[in-house]
Amino acid sequence: MIANYGYKDGSGDYFIAVDTDKCDGCGRCVEACPGTVFEVMDEDPNDPFREDPVVIVARDKGRKLKYECGPCKPPTNRPALPCIEACPQDAISHSWDR
Amino acid sequence: MIIAGIDCGAKNTKSVILRDGKIIGKGMTLTGFDQASAVKESLDAALKDAGIDAKDVDKISGTGAGMEEIKDASMKVNEIRAMAKAANYFFPSARTVTDVGAEMGRAVKIDERGKAIDFAINEKCAAGAGAFIEAMARAIEVELEEMGPMALQSDKSIPMNAQCAIFAESEVVGLIHAKTVKEDISKAIHDAMASRIVSMIRRIGVNEDIVMIGGVALNPGFVGCLKRELGIDRVYIPADPAFGAAVGAAVVLKEEA
Amino acid sequence: MGEEEKKQEYWRWTESNWKNPGIKWEDAKIVTVGIDVGSVSSQAVVMTDGQVYAYSNMRTGSDSPESARNALNLGLEGTSMPESRIDYCIGTGYGRVNVPMADRSITEIACHARGAHFIYGPEVRTVLDIGGQDCKAIRCDQKGKVTNFLMNDKCAAGTGRGMEVFADLLSVPIVDVGERSFEVKEEPEPVSSICVVYAKTEATGLLRKGWAVNEVLAAYCSAMGHRIFTLIERIGIEKGFAITGGLAKNRGVIERLTKEIGVEPMHTEWDTQIAGAAGAALFGYALVQKGKGRRK
Repeated sequence: MIANYGYKDGSGDYFIAVDTDKCDGCGRCVEACPGTVFEVMDEDPNDPFREDPVVIVARDKGRKLKYECGPCKPPTNRPALPCIEACPQDAISHSWDR
Repeated sequence: MIIAGIDCGAKNTKSVILRDGKIIGKGMTLTGFDQASAVKESLDAALKDAGIDAKDVDKISGTGAGMEEIKDASMKVNEIRAMAKAANYFFPSARTVTDVGAEMGRAVKIDERGKAIDFAINEKCAAGAGAFIEAMARAIEVELEEMGPMALQSDKSIPMNAQCAIFAESEVVGLIHAKTVKEDISKAIHDAMASRIVSMIRRIGVNEDIVMIGGVALNPGFVGCLKRELGIDRVYIPADPAFGAAVGAAVVLKEEA
Repeated sequence: MGEEEKKQEYWRWTESNWKNPGIKWEDAKIVTVGIDVGSVSSQAVVMTDGQVYAYSNMRTGSDSPESARNALNLGLEGTSMPESRIDYCIGTGYGRVNVPMADRSITEIACHARGAHFIYGPEVRTVLDIGGQDCKAIRCDQKGKVTNFLMNDKCAAGTGRGMEVFADLLSVPIVDVGERSFEVKEEPEPVSSICVVYAKTEATGLLRKGWAVNEVLAAYCSAMGHRIFTLIERIGIEKGFAITGGLAKNRGVIERLTKEIGVEPMHTEWDTQIAGAAGAALFGYALVQKGKGRRK
């Protein structure tokens, strides 16, 4: 499944999409993230029949995604996002650049 | 040369009069629902404060959410540019400036000439603006001016789950029912607010000296929480920070002239 | 105190429970329960071999474990079924970690997809659930398994709470908002602010300009319909479109939204508010059958 974490409010929309079919819970994104956006769960709270671990964005982080991801998104001279670079399966994408 | 700078904001319209670069008068009025009226009223108040007449003003510079309604402005200054110049005007050592008003919050990285290099903004969402603190003040039945001082009296750190002014209202009412003291609630509110603005500052880089303008800079609770969150000892706030953008707009026009 | 009473009145809807006259719980092989503790309402659904035996729908109190307990009690009321007969219990909803009698908790995303599948039938492919403090859009397959989802619980715009605040501002009982938003000569321009706080200021300005209350309601419902549309656009809308949750009962938002989507929503005889708890109970049933459900 595609899990879209984040929100859209008056100031914009900020979503991180995790493709759980591609994710195997390796946790490289957790290490790469300078903050604490990601978390690996042994049981997928959204899919009780899944056997493998999976990465999620916890609710309290999801509500502050614009701010949590701020450090990796300076307005200019932006390097590639560490979480996306780190994922060997290409399971992560961000909906926003700003 | 006498230049008037007018900032037509979401809540208040502010006017300043500069003579040869020195502030000689200020005037502020509620913007209300008639921006053009508010612009005239606030300019009249500033003229009176300066002891001069409208005809003495050489040029008018406009900025703010309602800048289109400043019909006599010979220049309309983008808000980022105005706040950058304002910080440099008041504190030439400024390299970061925040402007938090009633309905918006911004952080700008500036150079030694007051030119904006980078910026982060929070618009159209009450959680990142003064409206958040106002809504919370209503929710816990405290006067807005009391909110800041109350926060300073607490040393607790209660994290807020809600990131929206509307949901925060319910959360804060829940805290009241759970008998949390208002000082601790006020601190939680200011911590939450400050952390959002600090996030914006971190995005553009924390470069001292940091200047704060906009009405919310008058809130000691907000300023205190922001300093603590950033881990810095000093921020620079001009007298009457609400007039910051108006001053910036006037200075921009003066330098163009 | 007066303020609270006023708010209560605008919130009022009927709490209920229901028993299936065609089922005897004593004949059941597997009994599972789903308890959905939401920010505003709580439901408990009791299933016998995957069929709804009983359910309850009530207001969530200030304490999640207590709300879970009350919802279960109301559901079992008059059934003579002892709680000990329950083989497996699943908790869901924002308060799901606080359902003391649950053996396991599963997110409301998974439970709503499965529950909508049960309530609306196997043709469901897109579920929109608008609750008190969140808005979820879910795509699912023919088995009710989630393939794509999005949930916004950060911003009040488009949620029940956001609508309540607006109804309060205009002193209109929330159950009347939908109807009244259509009692206008012409559909007005939508309100321009997404943010509820700023929309309130905008609405006050419109009233001062002479707009009628119904016109302001229409402008707001129109804006919220559009906002919800932009949320679900992100995951796409496939036919077999079902709407659950409290705001499904607000015609003012739903009709404008479905007009913009261009897909008619499905219909059901079931109370749409039990979708989460029904899905949870069904998960319990599936887990027990697979040998994965072990009572605590």
